[in-house]
Amino acid sequence: MIALPDGEPVSTSLDNAPLGIVFVPEPILTLTDAVVAFDALRAVDGVSLSVPRGQRRAIIGPNGAGKTTLFNAIAGMVPPTSGRIMFDGHDITKLPPHRRAQLGISRTFQITNLFPTLSVQDNMILALRGLSPRKFSLFGRPDRDSVEAPRIAAALGAARIAERADVTVKELSYGEQRQLEIALSLVTTPTMLLLDEPAAGLSPSERSMVAEIIRSLDRDITVVLIEHDMDLALGLVDFVTCMFEGRILVEEAPEGIRRNKKVQEVYLGKPRHA
Amino acid sequence: MTMPLTPTPSRVAGMTGRAALIAAIIVVAAAALPLALSNYQVGLATEVLIFGILAMSIDILAGFAGRTSLGHGAIFGVSTYVVVYATTHGGLPPAVAFAAGVLAATVVAAIFGLLAVRTSGVYFLLLTLALGMIVWGICLRWTQVTGGENGMRGDVRPAVLLTNSAFYWAVLASAAVVAFAMWRFVRSPFGLTLRGIRDSESRMRSLGYNVPLHLFIGFTVSGFFAGVAGALYAMFNNFVSPSTVALAQSVEGVLMMIAGGVGTLFGAFVGAAAIIALENVVSAYTERWQMVLGITFILIMIFAPEGIVGKLRATLTRKVR
Repeated sequence: MIALPDGEPVSTSLDNAPLGIVFVPEPILTLTDAVVAFDALRAVDGVSLSVPRGQRRAIIGPNGAGKTTLFNAIAGMVPPTSGRIMFDGHDITKLPPHRRAQLGISRTFQITNLFPTLSVQDNMILALRGLSPRKFSLFGRPDRDSVEAPRIAAALGAARIAERADVTVKELSYGEQRQLEIALSLVTTPTMLLLDEPAAGLSPSERSMVAEIIRSLDRDITVVLIEHDMDLALGLVDFVTCMFEGRILVEEAPEGIRRNKKVQEVYLGKPRHA
Repeated sequence: MTMPLTPTPSRVAGMTGRAALIAAIIVVAAAALPLALSNYQVGLATEVLIFGILAMSIDILAGFAGRTSLGHGAIFGVSTYVVVYATTHGGLPPAVAFAAGVLAATVVAAIFGLLAVRTSGVYFLLLTLALGMIVWGICLRWTQVTGGENGMRGDVRPAVLLTNSAFYWAVLASAAVVAFAMWRFVRSPFGLTLRGIRDSESRMRSLGYNVPLHLFIGFTVSGFFAGVAGALYAMFNNFVSPSTVALAQSVEGVLMMIAGGVGTLFGAFVGAAAIIALENVVSAYTERWQMVLGITFILIMIFAPEGIVGKLRATLTRKVR
């Protein structure tokens, strides 16, 4: 699937377009002129972008480009100062994070954000019950029920840490904690997954494992990921948005983004003689 | 408290067989105490149980939701006031007065909760402290109802429980039921959400949890249990005055919880026993018993910051390994 630079998505793959009909998926996420300002600093400065359902999108850009702030605006941690965010037909601009999660937005954190004193299993139970009424059971039994157990096992399997289920999180290695980050966001089978530098701080072999986990995700899940490592990001996604100083600089397919002069400039700096 | 993936062993009311046996032995041993103790000491043991419940209710928030309340003495005392007032001025039977006291404490806790749950750390501490001071101020100044500084006296205790031993057994039975309920509460799916909030609020929100709502429910439930302790205290003391709702009461509850071990739940009874015993034993020898208490606290904080029960538990698991 490719999309044109102006944001109009056009599918060229035949696997989801039976009988050769060109299928244009409706956008699942649309930002219209989103601004996030911290006093005078406009960390996100008028971003409009649209992600088609089922797409895998990377948001790249140098440090301070506003990538994580944009994520926080989409997930609801930092509501936008102005502009509009639509998700799956809902205007989510002013919704708190837990309401957005209930609509199917799931995220991971750049800085590992788990429940360190609980077991991996209990972390997964909390992730799963966020969307179920069982979380309000005041005196009920704590154990997983027959519906929860296989879903937890599946998500732990997908993130490849199934054998560590009984370990307390603070005793996991850093790499395993990153895997659990992903497992937590997967267990609810979200509509859209926001991955904030999923491979941050990992060794090369751990990075390729994380890449493999992301690659093997269900194709129905729309994935938006922030990544510093261009090689990793470009190998995983259908389309790339490059941000610079709070604005969108370029939107292009991964093949074009490497050769893009503007992208090279913001990453490497302008040539001296220019 | 990790859950093994292997099938869980047979359970009695959610407890493993061994835990149920230990709990039964402790309750039976505690029930036998009046046979060995003097009348005065039975009174002290009753006080330990009542304050143990108060300290446990504080531990629900401090140990499991990461929110230390300095307003629980006031919630406890509201229940005491209502029970004494309802029996002496309202002429209500003890059981109805008891229920009214617990209900009043729960309502006060809900109001405290509404105002306090959006804060954490030192702000939560100060806000609950301030709310408690307001209750204390009301009890001190609303003389027509509360009796002001003189407080209120009344024969609250039901006739069948007049002897110290009979009342002790009634309090022990209540404490056993309430402790079991609180233990189920912190281990419930809801209790797990409180521990999740303690570990990471932002992650909980992004997982779809309405964090303030959970804290509000947790605070209200905790206030309910503090109210039970306060109502029992009314029957124990047959008297209530502003010192029952004062800051010192809240602080004492928190100190008992810390001495027993934050997050250990049942440590509350050990902490209550340690402090009440110290107060009564040391004050028999010196007027400066508060200084001795202070030094004891400093020593606990240096050598066993995880509390008496927390320290024991850590030592035991190390030996097992």
